[in-house]
Amino acid sequence: MSKVLIIAEHDGNTLNGSTARAVTCAKDLALDAIDIVVLAADGSSVAEQAAAIAGVNTVLLVQNPANENAVAALLAPQVKALSSDYSHVFAPSTTFGKDLLPRVAALIGVPQISDIMRVESATVFDRPVYAGNAVVTVEAPAGIVVGTVRTASYPVAPNGGSASIEKREVAVDLPAHTRYVSLSTGGGEGRPDLQAAATVISGGRGVGSEDNFKVIYSLADKLGAAVGASRAAVDAGFIPNDHQVGQTGKIIAPDLYMAFGISGAIQHLAGIKDAGTIVAVNKDADAPIFEIADYGLVGDLFTVIEDLEKALA
Amino acid sequence: MKILVGVKRVVDYNVRIQVKPDGSGVVTDGVKMSMNPFDEIAIEAALRIKEAGQAEEVIAVTIGPKVCQEQLRTALAMGADRAIHVETDEEIQPLTGARIFKALCDKEAPKLVILGKQAIDDDNSQSAQMLAALCGWPQATFASEIAIDGDSATVIREVDAGLETLSVDLPAIVSADLRLNEPRYVKLPDIMKAKRKPIESITLADLGVEQAAAIKVLKTAAPAKRQAGIKVESVDALVAVLREKGLIK
Repeated sequence: MSKVLIIAEHDGNTLNGSTARAVTCAKDLALDAIDIVVLAADGSSVAEQAAAIAGVNTVLLVQNPANENAVAALLAPQVKALSSDYSHVFAPSTTFGKDLLPRVAALIGVPQISDIMRVESATVFDRPVYAGNAVVTVEAPAGIVVGTVRTASYPVAPNGGSASIEKREVAVDLPAHTRYVSLSTGGGEGRPDLQAAATVISGGRGVGSEDNFKVIYSLADKLGAAVGASRAAVDAGFIPNDHQVGQTGKIIAPDLYMAFGISGAIQHLAGIKDAGTIVAVNKDADAPIFEIADYGLVGDLFTVIEDLEKALA
Repeated sequence: MKILVGVKRVVDYNVRIQVKPDGSGVVTDGVKMSMNPFDEIAIEAALRIKEAGQAEEVIAVTIGPKVCQEQLRTALAMGADRAIHVETDEEIQPLTGARIFKALCDKEAPKLVILGKQAIDDDNSQSAQMLAALCGWPQATFASEIAIDGDSATVIREVDAGLETLSVDLPAIVSADLRLNEPRYVKLPDIMKAKRKPIESITLADLGVEQAAAIKVLKTAAPAKRQAGIKVESVDALVAVLREKGLIK
């Protein structure tokens, strides 16, 4: 029997939406079952959320105080122990999945396929390389297929399922060499999650300063949007790292992406090419972002935002 | 302590990538090649730890054909003490690469291995994690800060939710993210000096490493292109089209 095990990403209470995107991808494998494993200290509510995703057969709940925080060195041996019942092990290609899954693959002794963007068969996949400037079709060798799912390529699987939840004990020795200390979040409180938001307002170097970013936040709040940024803006200290969009930041696919003062380096464009509609505002008419924007407006971003706020009032 | 750093030769990040018409790969003939930018950051991180008196030796390692020695020379010019060239003309995927680094860790017994968080050609982002698994060592991926404190290290990691701090016992594997540092520029006298630094060449067979089962690339294609859009003349025109599409209220 061929089954896929998806590793749930969560914060102890809430299932991250990237997990349900991985489920959508897993459906294309056309296997006998889709299971999700929740590794947590408690994780009961996370398991219930996972069980509600349509198309999921069984949710495995592995409760262990060591799973309080997602530390790859601790999670990987547990996932490896569970993997023997499965033909596939998937995780979202978020920093969580990218950190964990290669460690799992190496423990199993198989290669890992990163950033699956299309499933051709249970062993053949498309994935982007060179910052999305080429797409390779790859075939996994014999053995368990381990892969991360490019979440921007798949919508969130809807709810409506009622999978059974099974508690599992995983008897493996866990190392003591890695200790979680803390997490500091970038202050996006109350705003939509960048990777889940329908609308994203993004600022680049052209915004000019941390203080000036207030106008980006203000417009985002008016539109109920998440706030993104280019690498240049993050490097300059205008905005924390978790807002970075691009090849090495977050790959996103909102319905509407509005870029202000972003010139459009290929590394940034790699993060937004799945957006429904791209709007670019830049004072440089030759900025590369206009080559992929659906609607471009040449002008001063501060004036444009001021006028936008008036028009939306 | 010794620090081992990985160096990969890749198509320079400024090159506009072109897919070959026959789908067999991307054009690399006559294209500028450079050290993977994340590996430059990894070298810089190792050098700063050494310059702070917390390490004695920085060893740069590359895997690939003879030409990869160019990137090792760059690492040596930056300040690495010596280099190891694992010479092969075969394609080396991350799992085999991790096996090679594991063999080198057995041989050199470094306290710290720093790799780039991903190579900008295959964008896999796997090598550090796989090496950590094979060694049974801690991993701290996507690092933006490394502080060595005796037998352990505190690493700040760039994660989707913000900045995560991990404490790891040494030896450990760290993968370097963009904001870990800004690599130094190499000066001409350093390039001359680097020519006298040793590069040791060894093979997979010398290390007793066999190729792992590999992922097969069936074809390479250009990505779907977005249709070029239009320029709008005013904010009112922009608001009108976005309202018409139901994207804003």
